[in-house]
Amino acid sequence: MTRQMTPAPDSEARLKPLMLAALAGDRAAYRLLLADLGAHLKRYFARRLSNPAAVDDLVQETLLAIHTRRDTYDPAQPLTAWVHAIARYKLIDHFRRSKLRATLPLEDDAAIFADDDAGSATDRHDVEAALATIPARPADLIRQVKLEGASIAEAAERTGMSESAVKVAIHRGLKALTARFSGGADDR
Amino acid sequence: MTDDLIARLSDDLRPAPKRAIPRRLGLGLIAGAILAAAAMLAWLGLRPDLDEAMSGMMFWWKFLYTAAFAALAFWAATRLARPGGSMRRPMIALFALIVFAGAVGVAQLVVMPPAMSHQLVMGISALVCPFYIVALSIPLYAATVLAMRRLAPTNLPGAGLAAGLLAGSAAAWIYAFHCTENGMPFLAIWYTTGILISAVLGAIAGRWALRW
Repeated sequence: MTRQMTPAPDSEARLKPLMLAALAGDRAAYRLLLADLGAHLKRYFARRLSNPAAVDDLVQETLLAIHTRRDTYDPAQPLTAWVHAIARYKLIDHFRRSKLRATLPLEDDAAIFADDDAGSATDRHDVEAALATIPARPADLIRQVKLEGASIAEAAERTGMSESAVKVAIHRGLKALTARFSGGADDR
Repeated sequence: MTDDLIARLSDDLRPAPKRAIPRRLGLGLIAGAILAAAAMLAWLGLRPDLDEAMSGMMFWWKFLYTAAFAALAFWAATRLARPGGSMRRPMIALFALIVFAGAVGVAQLVVMPPAMSHQLVMGISALVCPFYIVALSIPLYAATVLAMRRLAPTNLPGAGLAAGLLAGSAAAWIYAFHCTENGMPFLAIWYTTGILISAVLGAIAGRWALRW
């Protein structure tokens, strides 16, 4: 489970001298160190979380924690182990907070997701941009049924189509979306 | 934006102070001890025969047992305040200290006439002693936790346990200036009980009190 951050000997040999220089006040070394750790942390969190926004938040939170608590690093110990312990703590803290969120009663949802307005707004924007790349009719049906939560019957009634025609149109629309995005989807 | 953060953080870099962990925890401990000592003096008062007691052995047994306990607990706390720190070795040492105190207590029971056993074990304050120790440990625990939150404990129940052991043993050291008991078994049983109750409460509270 610690594949990413365990003292890979080469990371340790490269990063520890940077950390020691940083602790003595070397800003250039510190910048290199943080950039390198940032890339490691991004992979570490991305493997464990599906939400890219949460990954970025955790990378930044962890870098900030490394910065403000750098005087807890003991040079006698491996740097990678120290970083890993902090990253793991931040990850568990994240799970604890999202679990808390998941167990709150439904009527609290509005207040919780108010925090996420920026995130969901950009998500919605991305979805709209994607829908604009397929024909208008299936796009509209997908919007109604998949995003706004209308039933197939409601959508059929509103558009004057039969229910099976609605299902087929949505199916074709989603297939078109998948085809369009399956090529470049893996770099998020 | 991660790049911005990295740029800001590296511009903000200053040389890190050495030995930050023992220094911060030590300052917290001193602040908490001052509060606990003030509470002890105002609430319980020094034992009236302190001068006399200081020329006897038993006062110094209590003084040294609780001070040694606090030193080992401090060691545990400095390790747990560090990301990934383990407290196995300090815990083994603490266990050995408790066993040693218990052995000295048993030896005293064997050497002294059986008629005195009850007095040596129970004294006159057996049940209130742990209570006072736990009460006096509260300001010490709070100060230790405040110091620890600025460090980086990643095992919160463990760090809370270490903070509770430290708070409890420092509280017991302060309480020893009030307590007039003279039995080694009393010290081994009731002082240790008070410290361990503080430690358990500290571990429970640490789960949320130490979050950072």
